[in-house]
Amino acid sequence: MASRRDNDLGTPPKHSPDTVQLTIDGQPVSVPSGTSIMRAAAAIDTRIPKLCATDRLEAFGSCRMCLVEIEGRMGTPASCTTPVEAGMAVSTQTPRLEALRRGVMELYISDHPLDCLTCSANGDCELQDTAGEVGLREVRYGFEGENHLAEPVDTSNPYFQFDGSKCIVCSRCVRACDEIQGTLALTVDNRGFDSKISAGLDEGFFDSECVSCGACIQVCPTATLMEKSVVEHGQPRRSVKTTCAYCGVGCSFIAELQGDEVVRMTPDTEGGANAGHSCVKGRFAWGYASHPDRVLKPMVREAITEAWREVEWDEAITFAATRFKAIQSEHGAGAIGGITSSRCTNEEVYVVQKMVRAAFGNNNVDTCARVCHSPTGYGLKNTFGTSAGTQDFRSVDAANVILVIGANPTDAHPVFASRMKQRLRAGAKLIVIDPRATDLVRSPHIEADHHIQLRPGTNVAVVNALAHVIVTEGLIDRRFVAERCEDESFARWAEFIAREENSPEAVEAVSGVPAETLRQAARLYAGGGNGAIYYGLGVTEHSQGSSMVMGMANLAMATGNIGRNGVGVNPLRGQNNVQGSCDMGSFPHEFPGYRHVSDDATRALFAEAWSQDLSGEPGLRIPNMLSAALDGSFKGLFVQGEDIAQSDPDTQNVEAALRAMDCVIVQDLFLNETAAFAHIFLPGTAFLEKDGTFINAERRINRVRPAMPEKQGLSEWETVCRLARAMGYDMAYPDAAAIMDEIAALTPSFAGVSFDRLDREGSVQWPCNDSAPQGTPIMHVDGFVRGKGRFMLTQFIPTEEKASRRFPLLLTTGRILSQYNVGAQTRRTENSRWHEEDVLQIHPVDAETRGLKEGDMVSLSSRKGAVSIRATISERVPPGVVYTTFHHPDSGANVVTTELSDWATNCPEYKVTAVQVAPANMPSDWQRNRAESQRNPDAITAE
Amino acid sequence: MADRLYLSIDAAARSVGADDVAAALRQSGRQVVTTGSRGMLWLEPMVEVERDGVRHGFGPLTAQDAADLAATDFPDSHAKALGPVEALPWMQAQSRLIFARCGLIDPLDPDMFEAEGGLNGLKAALTQPPETIIDTLIRSGLRGRGGAGFPAGIKLKTAAAQPGPVKYICANADEGDSGTFADRMLMEGDPGQLIAGMIIAGRAIGAETGYIYLRSEYPDAIRIVSEALDVWRAKGWLGKNILGSGQRFDIHLRRGAGSYVCGEESAMLESLEGKRGQVRAKPPIPAISGLFGKPTIINNVLTLASMPWILEHGGDAYAARGHERSTGTQAFQLAGNIKQGGLLELDFGISLKRLIEEFGGGTLSGRPMRAAQLGGPLGAYIRADRLDVAMDYESLAAHGAMLGHGGIVVFDDTVDMAAQAEFAMAFCAEESCGKCTPCRIGAVRGRETLAKIRQGVDISTNLDLVEDLCSLMTDASLCAMGGLTPMPVMSAIREFPEDFEPRAEASAADMVD
Repeated sequence: MASRRDNDLGTPPKHSPDTVQLTIDGQPVSVPSGTSIMRAAAAIDTRIPKLCATDRLEAFGSCRMCLVEIEGRMGTPASCTTPVEAGMAVSTQTPRLEALRRGVMELYISDHPLDCLTCSANGDCELQDTAGEVGLREVRYGFEGENHLAEPVDTSNPYFQFDGSKCIVCSRCVRACDEIQGTLALTVDNRGFDSKISAGLDEGFFDSECVSCGACIQVCPTATLMEKSVVEHGQPRRSVKTTCAYCGVGCSFIAELQGDEVVRMTPDTEGGANAGHSCVKGRFAWGYASHPDRVLKPMVREAITEAWREVEWDEAITFAATRFKAIQSEHGAGAIGGITSSRCTNEEVYVVQKMVRAAFGNNNVDTCARVCHSPTGYGLKNTFGTSAGTQDFRSVDAANVILVIGANPTDAHPVFASRMKQRLRAGAKLIVIDPRATDLVRSPHIEADHHIQLRPGTNVAVVNALAHVIVTEGLIDRRFVAERCEDESFARWAEFIAREENSPEAVEAVSGVPAETLRQAARLYAGGGNGAIYYGLGVTEHSQGSSMVMGMANLAMATGNIGRNGVGVNPLRGQNNVQGSCDMGSFPHEFPGYRHVSDDATRALFAEAWSQDLSGEPGLRIPNMLSAALDGSFKGLFVQGEDIAQSDPDTQNVEAALRAMDCVIVQDLFLNETAAFAHIFLPGTAFLEKDGTFINAERRINRVRPAMPEKQGLSEWETVCRLARAMGYDMAYPDAAAIMDEIAALTPSFAGVSFDRLDREGSVQWPCNDSAPQGTPIMHVDGFVRGKGRFMLTQFIPTEEKASRRFPLLLTTGRILSQYNVGAQTRRTENSRWHEEDVLQIHPVDAETRGLKEGDMVSLSSRKGAVSIRATISERVPPGVVYTTFHHPDSGANVVTTELSDWATNCPEYKVTAVQVAPANMPSDWQRNRAESQRNPDAITAE
Repeated sequence: MADRLYLSIDAAARSVGADDVAAALRQSGRQVVTTGSRGMLWLEPMVEVERDGVRHGFGPLTAQDAADLAATDFPDSHAKALGPVEALPWMQAQSRLIFARCGLIDPLDPDMFEAEGGLNGLKAALTQPPETIIDTLIRSGLRGRGGAGFPAGIKLKTAAAQPGPVKYICANADEGDSGTFADRMLMEGDPGQLIAGMIIAGRAIGAETGYIYLRSEYPDAIRIVSEALDVWRAKGWLGKNILGSGQRFDIHLRRGAGSYVCGEESAMLESLEGKRGQVRAKPPIPAISGLFGKPTIINNVLTLASMPWILEHGGDAYAARGHERSTGTQAFQLAGNIKQGGLLELDFGISLKRLIEEFGGGTLSGRPMRAAQLGGPLGAYIRADRLDVAMDYESLAAHGAMLGHGGIVVFDDTVDMAAQAEFAMAFCAEESCGKCTPCRIGAVRGRETLAKIRQGVDISTNLDLVEDLCSLMTDASLCAMGGLTPMPVMSAIREFPEDFEPRAEASAADMVD
């Protein structure tokens, strides 16, 4: 896109307090010391021709197009690699320079196809533009010389191609893979004229280590690296800025379109979270939005044994309201409820919880955060006073010691991981606490200083041991604790943590981690400068998930690693809007802004705004709804964009509960696993059709803008409003902006937020109100939100789920880069080519004793159920631990997981299940039943 | 039988049969001390017999000669007897400061090294503060011997001024220029001189680690330097407490992988870092940010090897030699079509004519000399009737030529200078790292265009194009590889225009090709 390139200043900004004055073509200019001549020239709108330079990458100096003359100096230095000096007099346009530039271009074009009119980059090619700028009119060398015109096109990657014949070997792609993504998959093979970009040793892009982040395509100045969608359709004609709907990083994207068809998605360099970077999901895996599986008409059926019937919106809404009202009159107001989705916008979530509280007349609303980050909310609220991560992503650039706990960011949060890896390569130390050897433990140019490879389920013991070392070896930041934290809770905690049971030596026996490793890691975190904790679901999805969150908060407070740049306790949120859906009051005990429903003042505020009496009794959590369904007291459920039949633990229990209900309403893009048990299907909208906001893991409120009209004709919030109205509660908004205005009016931390402001400023991080008018990149700077930081006791209590003779292995689960969660979206894209099925990682020793070979089908069974899955032998897991992903519904990973959950929040214990693995030659019973019902969708009947 | 025998097993000597000579001597029951070469390559294999403290030379020898000589106890009357080696005119004319011990000692015998004063410069440096060492080197006027001629002391001063603690000394031993072999000869004949120089440089800037980047085409040098490092460590002359002074310094030997451009200092750094051998843009200069981003001194082997002498004798003593701003001595290497090829260490300023005619003895073929190429494959061609030029940096520059690493390659009158010009471009195309466009594509187009000229295609237009290309490569290339390739090309075109004129048919020169 020409508009994007025009803003390219050639070399990255330099941050220096000193400024340097010089003249460029006689015009004075003043720039920070260290700035290149090229960028200084761009500052006064003098664009020096260039090909290898871009402000996204360090200057390289290879194309020799940007040469300038400097008064009093010999030669013609490259303006990209030459820093400004005081008093320099630079000329960017002289007859000599003109001849040189034309000469360089003549060389380029002597080895370049002359097919501009039929080239996929026509109109978006820096080589073409620059040839025009330098006035190349002939190629005196002719075209019969040695050339690369017959280089093959590598089309192995599903999303982009590499056309070697168009490559000008500027190395931008190689440098982007290094400097932006940090995967270092690309290199230049051979030398001299034979130099060519290579993705691996005689491999195409698909088989190489390339992670398809798109950074190379983004910087390629020609058609060499090009999206296949652009090759097929041509250059986009309009664009819309929006936000990715995959993980909690919340990358800003520009949807580039022809009419209402997306031609490509490109990361926005102004994006607050991603600064122009992307991953294979956000950049490429958007095709699901127009997948033929998508349901575009509302559907109803009397019973789940019947076939679906397409109906008009009104009929579907009436059908739903009638059923819900009937349930309430028969079983009471509390017999129905709703689940909000972290995939949806704040506005869509807000109206669902409002519908439950105001139209259903109860507080039976919960959200999928229940099964991921509810312990984060509990743990951080009790210690710091707010239910959110403390830092912005940029903060990691200032970290000296990075502690990654139960998170696999290179797969699950790849854009943030790239940023973290750049920091690690710049010298920050790394401690990884994980049962598995994730890529961060060791990959090109990255190696953890300590890998604390603990036994699954022993997080709290380990964090206590780290704290024990800090307390007993005098590594406490006494001044911070004295000034910022509660004396009493600290004293109690310090006494507790110093007990022998928490010593590394005692914990070694429980966790399997050598005491000395724990001691060294603790010393490093406490004494290595800015210590920053990043964690994921490996922390929360345990029976002691909330304890672990508080344990980490204790650690940060004790060492003074909170309240400034480079430190903090940071949940890596799993879903695009898990932060927002929690902020929006999706919990049965809390209104928007984490205010308890029993608080009379808050309730009065909402009651007045909503013109409705509201219940002060906390409602049911998801697991409570399911068990109430099984005992017959809970009969109706509205499920917004979530697939509990696949994602929640103990699948067979979830299925039984769903079957027991009279009315299940599913609002989704696809007939997901849960829809098999639904009576009403309300088609939802894809993110490209939504108007609203998402909030990422750094509390950044990003705008989601519709790139096209809703394919099914109705926004999701409007659908919910219609249902609420049909239930008898008058809920209506002119547009999504009005919903945010109501949120801002009722929620102090959002007081300063509006669509107008976000459209003006790009994004803002909450709290954003009178006391923080610019938003809050870093929290707890001068004091904790709750006042003084509170230390919480975190006694280690082992999970009941233990390896036994019958189930001797521990199963833990996670994600992979190419797939996303239950896979509803990514499975409907070419991403599946990288991960066609879930597989079970098993250590060679455990495989050997079971007689397993690579690729064997095995039965994975727990006390809850069994599935058959393919095994892969891997030393990423230690002996005694097996691992799988849960992206494919037919692998049924959650058939095996248990009902155990976090003591405080009921977040399921996905990360520890005692299992057995044995050779298998057929699908499990559950899988056979599922396959049967898939073949015959009407045949879902009680067993 | 008491006479000690010395035999050069320098790679050049081995290439003409020194191994056979050694075997023959040993078969005759003689003990042989193996040494480097004296630099008189036309006399290799040469055996020296020590009598009354004077070494008498015999060469060039065949194995049979050696057996005969051993049997007859090396009579002075033998046809291959050369008399006292030090008295030979070639040796007499030289000022062997750096090569003083080369050919004299067993390169792996530390006692011989020490006995011949090898440690004197290092010992002097170890008693001096870094500033004094740098001051001495600045006063010496020593300039980089790799070709660029940058003042070595100034470079050290820049690196010394950078904050520590990690800095590096890198010896550039990737001696890839055609007709040069001085680094190799020194490393094979007296590696201690290089090691001592690196320690001195390390002390001067506060570096404790050095790297020697040695080209893989020099297997003998690799073996000898590697063993020498072990010997030095064992003696306590290298490592944690050098000569008991408390000075720390150790050296790693790294092998090149066959890339000419890795002799360019920034490409060498990339290679040392384990990356592709590709030139870096400057700034930053390596003395500020070099190996692994740390302040780094990169000097040619001979630059570093000059430092011990300077520290032993003082900067002024060194500066007193040479010619104007080209102080001290230079190792001139005579190669190509020359009767007496070899190495001479002389004060700067000797005329090229004397070097070729007096020392080199003219062409080996006996035909009239037509051209000499100075300074390696990127150096200019000088016509035989214009040899009256003083061999120093400034005089050569004034002649449009350069000294480079001191190599001189002689051609007789059968040379086709158009073919040489095409070869220069072909060499650049072969060895270009491929980073910058003028070199990566320009060299190929230059080769093709010169081939067209040689075929008589649009000669005048294509000569203009070559000239345009050469000025583009000179001005726009990232490093000296592309930037200097125009030197041999344009000097061939300007000095030998007759070779670029149309030819009716294939010339005699083409037949010789």
